[in-house]
Amino acid sequence: MGNLQVSLAGGATGHLACGILALPFLSFLINGLWLGRKSRTASGLAATFLMGATLVLAVLLAWQYWTLVLGNPASFPGRTALAWEHTWMTFPLESGGAFSASFGFLLDPISVMMVLVITFISFLVNVYSIGYMHDDKSAGRFFPTLSLFSFSMLGLVVAANLAQTFFFWELVGVSSYLLIGFWYHKPSAVAASKKAFIVTRFADAFFLVGVILVAVQVGSLDFSALNAPAAAESLRNSPWAAWFGVNILTLGTLLIYMGAWGKSAMFPFHVWLPDAMEGPTPVSSLIHSATMVVAGIYLTARLFPLFAAAEYTLRIVEVTGVFTALFAAIIACRQTDLKRILAYSTLSQLGYMMFSLGAGLPAAGGAPDSAAFTASMFHIFTHAFFKCMLFLSAGVIIHAVHSNDIRDTGGLRRILPRTYWATLVGCLALAGVFPFAGFFSKEEILHAAWENGHYIAFFAALATGALTAFYMSRYFFLVFHGPRFSAGRSHQDSHAPASASAHSDGHAADGAAGQSAKEMPSMVWPILILAVPSVIAGFAKNFFIAHVLPMYAVIAENGSEAGSGLPWLSPLATVLAVSSIALGWAWYGRKGRKSILGAEQETGLAKIVANKFYIDEGYRFLVRNVGNRLVAAPITWFERTVVNGAFDAVTAVIRGAAWVQSMVQSGQVQAYIGIALVGLLILARWGGLGL
Amino acid sequence: MIENGVGACLLSWTWFLPLLAAGVMMLFPAGNSRGVKRFSLGASVANLVLVLVLATSFFMHPPVPEPGSGVSALAFAADFAWFPALNIHYHIGVDAISMSMMVLAAVIVLCGTMASWGVENRVKEFFILLQILAAGVFGSFIAFDLFAFFVFNELTLIPTYLLIGMFGSGRKEFAAMKLNLMLMGGSALILLGILGLYFESGIRSFDITELARIHFDKGFQMWAFPALFLGFGILGNMFPFHIWSPDGHASAPTAISMFLAGVHMKLGSYGCLRIAMYLLPEGCRPWMDVFLILAVGGVVWGAFVALKQKDLKYMNAYSSVSHCGLVFLGLAALNVTGLRGAVMQMLAHGFITAAVFCLIGMIYSRTHTRRIPEMSGLMASIPFLSVCFVMAGFAGLGLPGMAGFAAELNVFVGGFATGRPLVVFASGIAVLSIILTAIYILRAANGILHGPSRSSGGGIALDAHAAIGSAAGQDGHAGHGESSAFDSATLVDANWMERLPVLLLLGCIIGLGLFPGRIAGLLDQALQPILENLNR
Repeated sequence: MGNLQVSLAGGATGHLACGILALPFLSFLINGLWLGRKSRTASGLAATFLMGATLVLAVLLAWQYWTLVLGNPASFPGRTALAWEHTWMTFPLESGGAFSASFGFLLDPISVMMVLVITFISFLVNVYSIGYMHDDKSAGRFFPTLSLFSFSMLGLVVAANLAQTFFFWELVGVSSYLLIGFWYHKPSAVAASKKAFIVTRFADAFFLVGVILVAVQVGSLDFSALNAPAAAESLRNSPWAAWFGVNILTLGTLLIYMGAWGKSAMFPFHVWLPDAMEGPTPVSSLIHSATMVVAGIYLTARLFPLFAAAEYTLRIVEVTGVFTALFAAIIACRQTDLKRILAYSTLSQLGYMMFSLGAGLPAAGGAPDSAAFTASMFHIFTHAFFKCMLFLSAGVIIHAVHSNDIRDTGGLRRILPRTYWATLVGCLALAGVFPFAGFFSKEEILHAAWENGHYIAFFAALATGALTAFYMSRYFFLVFHGPRFSAGRSHQDSHAPASASAHSDGHAADGAAGQSAKEMPSMVWPILILAVPSVIAGFAKNFFIAHVLPMYAVIAENGSEAGSGLPWLSPLATVLAVSSIALGWAWYGRKGRKSILGAEQETGLAKIVANKFYIDEGYRFLVRNVGNRLVAAPITWFERTVVNGAFDAVTAVIRGAAWVQSMVQSGQVQAYIGIALVGLLILARWGGLGL
Repeated sequence: MIENGVGACLLSWTWFLPLLAAGVMMLFPAGNSRGVKRFSLGASVANLVLVLVLATSFFMHPPVPEPGSGVSALAFAADFAWFPALNIHYHIGVDAISMSMMVLAAVIVLCGTMASWGVENRVKEFFILLQILAAGVFGSFIAFDLFAFFVFNELTLIPTYLLIGMFGSGRKEFAAMKLNLMLMGGSALILLGILGLYFESGIRSFDITELARIHFDKGFQMWAFPALFLGFGILGNMFPFHIWSPDGHASAPTAISMFLAGVHMKLGSYGCLRIAMYLLPEGCRPWMDVFLILAVGGVVWGAFVALKQKDLKYMNAYSSVSHCGLVFLGLAALNVTGLRGAVMQMLAHGFITAAVFCLIGMIYSRTHTRRIPEMSGLMASIPFLSVCFVMAGFAGLGLPGMAGFAAELNVFVGGFATGRPLVVFASGIAVLSIILTAIYILRAANGILHGPSRSSGGGIALDAHAAIGSAAGQDGHAGHGESSAFDSATLVDANWMERLPVLLLLGCIIGLGLFPGRIAGLLDQALQPILENLNR
């Protein structure tokens, strides 16, 4: 089954699309093989320039797409076109058919949106990194890897074929591994990079099983074919169901969703994401906004019609999403590491996006609702800007106070005035306060959940929204208000165990050691630029409704005119957010912060929350005791003693037999004569010699 | 386009040239180790060029087997009576399977020669034996006469024994003996099967293409197939007959580890495909379920054992058990995707494991230890080798864009495409084993490359030149029993003679990983006759 999209290969669009993938890769090659070792500054500038050029190409491409495709939706079904496509390998099937793994460049509303977001954010992060990594000796290694990261993510979002998604999916995993473990001399960074890779790889293995299972059954890996109703039908009627014992449609989509589960760090695979903070802050900002974690959401959205056909899978998507949203928000309230608070907020927001996709199927049954899907994509879009900005701001703060512990900050309002305003915008956007970006996208999600009858999830999400506003105001007030931060204050080691690991090993290495607490221009400008979309991105809502909503022709467009159906929703959400912020102000802004933070580390529930529900400890127990002691160690023992021992045993038997034989050949003439005599006697008696 | 006669002549030179080179090297004066190394390098380069010329011609005009005939179409074929009394022929030729194996072998022989540049003791003997080993392998891959195949195959065993026993490290005599006894045992089974084929055929022929036309008795197939498959499987590192390989690899000098795992083992899986499965299809089908279980057992088993290894060479040896299990899994699928996946996995594993062994040897020659816990922070002191180690490691864990992924994907798809529950479940388990692969590879890479740099705290401070001088071939002389403290600051990164083989191997890995399509197409053609026989 070939791709059903209209091809635009050969034209300007095709060239632009090539350039968008080629330039970041070129940047990786140039900086990685040559420039990175020559000059750190030149490497940073070259990478930034190339990423800027990619951004220009992306804008041109979007414009092309706008005029060619969106202007003429009738001739492009699903508002989709292929810029180009090359077959990588074809897999013959026993039935006589075959499916292809190919590389292509898909243009549709969400891929173009992602390309714009990724290139925009990557460019700004590159600019920021020039300042941030200025005094780091390994910056020459940093920029090529960053380019590889952007390249992998771009390749992932433009995939027209599930094989391509997997291909770049793994590359994203590898480049994140390299970046999280960037300061490889720090054992904590090495451990975090390993954890991130192995946790996501664990999920990816199941993803790969799912990809192969679905490909073999459907006979295609093209998204256009997989999303067609025929694909779901052939999976549902697969004869394999008889011996698998489950519906292949459900099994296949669940396995594919496992990949998204791990990459988007849904509970219980969320453990790698907070640890990923060990990487340099620009990397965290890239991972959390546009490059890595949204890949899982994006994949689920990409296959939304197929998932929607598998009701059960979509329920799982919803449950994991809403649970992660609430769970992470609770943990975020008790973290003391700046970046970890933001990391848990990312988890929570990812949960939101995932939940929104899961809510796309009406609880009462019926056709899937593309309004929920649209809301999820809209939230990816708005979240990318303000989360990236919040992380970059956190980097400035860490740069200024040489610590990423929230207890070492305070009163930074006057020292970092521009960061202060930017963070304020980011916090308001994340908390979902009108008219900031997060307000619109969250409201869309809540709206879709209510409309489709997912009431429990709706209230859980509402509570998550309130918690989000609370922990962001805690973050904001503790960092910028209260008693003044005094530079050079040494920190005691009496911190909570949760923050000890990240805190003690010296984020003094986190960039410029000699810089005093002030804002470097190359670091502040990207933040200020990002503040603009953080405020206004919400007004792109109509664009999403106009173009993303009707993207999948196969699912019914029964989304009502979004935002209009529930007049009470916006006031309710706003009141919740504002009152949570007020609570945060009352607890952390007004009072003495020391007493509050001391009181946070109590026993009981608060301690469990501060220790992230001991999930990491649980995994450690499983890996050490079950994986290692109960499986790997016995197998290795068996291999050494039994399997290899069998060889030794066989050789010992042979050697024994040889020994017995050698007894006969002793070299003693007397023995030989004796044996000869015995032989002669035997021959004489039975051999017919007649004696 | 090379003409058939000329091609056959050139093809014979691929094994004759190394043998000739070995003969000429015998005439070198004993002290002239420099000359021997250069001459051996020249011979390896010449052979690679020769193979590449043939491969290019083959690539441009691949022979197409006649559909339905069940007979392989050979390029550069020649057939002379060698010993007419027993109807033994010197029948040579290549199809896409053997051609790709030839390229693999030529690349690894060259890389092994370069990686052995540091050998200092008995240089002449080392390179002579290496070239004889190469001759045996090239001869085996081009032979289409079972007797000739067997002779060339046996030719590889003696040099292997001597190379490990003389130039190895650790329990080298034991390892060499174990390896040889196991492989000889395999050879006995192979010989049994070959003689069975010879007499059972009714035409007293050793010719593979002739035997492929004959329909053997089912009862005969039922015992001859397992004998042949098992015999080749032992050489091909099949679980649980893999036990010769970890000890053998760990004790062998770098070039021999590369060669054993990279090329020699492939001779086993090649034999499984070309001889056992091709000639005895009816025995193959019922027996394949047994071998399927062994295959997937090896995949999982090897990965778990690799997890617990502290010695880098043992880790890579067990990772080979796991990866060779994938070759057998591909064969067990008995469809075109699985079979070509098996052949591609042979190629991919050959390049990857050779690269890893090569790097381990180079790292060892600097740190004088192969134990993971004793190393740390090498990235800072020897960045080139470290980055290459990470790349080779990622290739091993099946990173897309590298050869391992392209091959594994074919194996897995082939398994699923059978639609048979047993094969599908086995393939599913094999896919999940990539988790374990990731764990042991990252554990090793993070352990030795990352973390704080070491400095010798009262240990032996190594002279940088000595570290390079005692390079790859001389494993083990300093290592065992001694404290292996090294000072990261004095480590010297790879010189060009060390960089070239690593880069060449990584180039092959990435090239095969990015552009597998054409090779897969050629393999499909070559596998057609084998599949026709299997489905007859």
